[in-house]
Amino acid sequence: MSLLEVTDLRVSFPTADGLVQAVRGVSFSVDSGRTIGIVGESGSGKTVLTQTLLGLTQGGRIEGKAVFDGTNLLGLRPDQLRKVRGAEIAVIFQDPLTSLHPLYKVGWQIVEMIRSHDRSVSKKQATERAIDLLGRVGIPRPRERVNDYPHQFSGGMRQRAMIAMALSLSPRLIIADEPTTALDATVQAQILDLLLRLQQESDTALIMITHDLGVVADIADDVMVMYAGKAAEKAGKHDIFYLPHHPYTKGLLESIPNSSAAGQRLRPITGQPPSLIRLPSGCAFHPRCAYVMDKCLTEQPRLAPVGDDGNHVSACWLPVTAAGLAAEAEELRRRAVGLGRNEAAAKIAEAIAERPESEGSVIA
Amino acid sequence: MSDTLPRDAARPVPPEAAEDDVLVRVDKLVKHFPVRGGGLIRRTVGQVQAVDGVSLVVRRGQTLGLVGETGCGKSTLARCIAGLIPVTSGTVTFEGRNITNLSRRAMQPFRREIQMIFQDPYGSLNPRRRVGAIIGDPFAVHKTAKGAARKKAVQELMERVGLNPEHFNRFPAEFSGGQRQRIGVARALALRPKLIICDEPVSALDVSIQAQVLNLLADLQSDFGLSYLFIAHDLEVVRHVSNDVTVMYLGRVAESGPKDQVYETSRHPYTAALLSAAPAADPDAAAERRRIILTGDVPSPINPPDGCRFHPRCPKAQELCGQQEPVLEVKPGDPATHLTACHFPVQAGESLARVAGRDRR
Repeated sequence: MSLLEVTDLRVSFPTADGLVQAVRGVSFSVDSGRTIGIVGESGSGKTVLTQTLLGLTQGGRIEGKAVFDGTNLLGLRPDQLRKVRGAEIAVIFQDPLTSLHPLYKVGWQIVEMIRSHDRSVSKKQATERAIDLLGRVGIPRPRERVNDYPHQFSGGMRQRAMIAMALSLSPRLIIADEPTTALDATVQAQILDLLLRLQQESDTALIMITHDLGVVADIADDVMVMYAGKAAEKAGKHDIFYLPHHPYTKGLLESIPNSSAAGQRLRPITGQPPSLIRLPSGCAFHPRCAYVMDKCLTEQPRLAPVGDDGNHVSACWLPVTAAGLAAEAEELRRRAVGLGRNEAAAKIAEAIAERPESEGSVIA
Repeated sequence: MSDTLPRDAARPVPPEAAEDDVLVRVDKLVKHFPVRGGGLIRRTVGQVQAVDGVSLVVRRGQTLGLVGETGCGKSTLARCIAGLIPVTSGTVTFEGRNITNLSRRAMQPFRREIQMIFQDPYGSLNPRRRVGAIIGDPFAVHKTAKGAARKKAVQELMERVGLNPEHFNRFPAEFSGGQRQRIGVARALALRPKLIICDEPVSALDVSIQAQVLNLLADLQSDFGLSYLFIAHDLEVVRHVSNDVTVMYLGRVAESGPKDQVYETSRHPYTAALLSAAPAADPDAAAERRRIILTGDVPSPINPPDGCRFHPRCPKAQELCGQQEPVLEVKPGDPATHLTACHFPVQAGESLARVAGRDRR
């Protein structure tokens, strides 16, 4: 039994323009001491997914299950959820300046966090704890800095303070939503290093949401690639990077500039992510997919095992043997496309070939 | 009298083959912002030394990448070159003519030649104006095309950057982030400039869209012979687009040279740290990599450290580094184009990593 097991989670928001289907049936699990990286572009539903676990989505229709240590989080009353949030599951947000209250001292905010879950801790004890935590996350002279306001901290220090706050109640699961996106490379390296070290010390489970494949390559064990509210592909880190099956995963990997192909032309994915109100029929990725087949236009592929270990699953109609970036895999894909592409798909493929790098039309 | 010594070697200006190859030359540029006290008289109590003696060269038809962390002065430098803010001292030369601190009127012809693309595709477009009007602004300002001719020119530009010309009358809010960045590119391109300063042009975009915009910039460069000053914090992106790279730290140049020199044989410990910190999208490489974890943050440019500004964070720092400012110069064994400002440059094969690659499971 995993620490957190999410099953067929769906979240949608009714709006004046129609129903926004932000998350459309996502399942995944995390074990203690493991890190799952959730990757996807803006609007792929990765943030809504994790905020829903903590009851932070307002006005959404939520279906599915999210069982944390035997309790379904989605069935909890607000006061029950409040006990879990912070104490058992902590969150680190992208922007540490807006996540810290500007009018309160950093130390006070950590003390408040500790005392709101356990009133028996005295203010003095809690302050000592806050100083200890700030020291552990690498803030110099924590005894003095505990009395600073957030604006007196640099960006990296604020993010450290957020991590200190997240750790203050020794949570068993940390959800980090783009924790290093706003930081410079050298500071990002420090923060990732810190997260890994803390995770190893206390066997915490970590959900790392990011759009940066470099961060995932660095610290994740497992990866889930999301597209338009669904998991496109899930696998261990190495399979995702070296044996990608879903054309979207492959496209993401190919669009990043890398040193071995410096100076060469990048190969971006055509078009832009779909509107979550008017989703394409069949596979949501088909209007951007170079391997589009007729089946993709009408039938939604389910996650199916790729490879031998059973942990690698992909939602794509291409043959399950066609994984990876090697020439043989490409040959398999081409052959499948040759058989599966008739008139309807040929038209889309032609359109993609015609505007290989344009972004398609204006947002619907 | 013999003049065999390469005189350029000691000068903090990158030497170059032919001068007419050079589009922009920045020489010892300094930009300080006064810090004023809170009292009634608002006395100047200090200086933010945003850019402190930077020299660089942008060649015709080429791309100079400028990297550095937040607060290193790269955007301030860009604004000085574009003539958007006055410089404190030093010179900016465009095609051999000094354009430093020109009057508005004298600067006008140069503004056509130097254009900018900004980071935030949302913030740099007026949400209440139509896209056609936004892209047509440069024509209006410089009175080069009117009425139907302007509309035609705008639509050609839209087509060129991959936008549908029929969307002329739409508002920026109707476009996605990548498309808005294309609008910014079209506007910058309108007057056929020679230099485009790209200030973090793809940082706000998703990877798949980022690649589209980078390819567009590459196409435009070869079609129009553009030169780019490309500012970014993503080192892989800079490596992809640049011919030469300049690394800045706290208002000064740490290292500069041809891309491969700077990336493959980094001499400055800061460059080495920056490169080792950037995560590569490759799990095996990530596992093997020896990261140089720097301690602390970038110090304040109001009160920068004495001597080498990097010394408080530098894994190789010695006593000298805190006392004497290193000169940007060619280090032994390097080609004349590769300059480093360091007393104790990194040697080939030397490792600065504090910890060996973190082994995980």
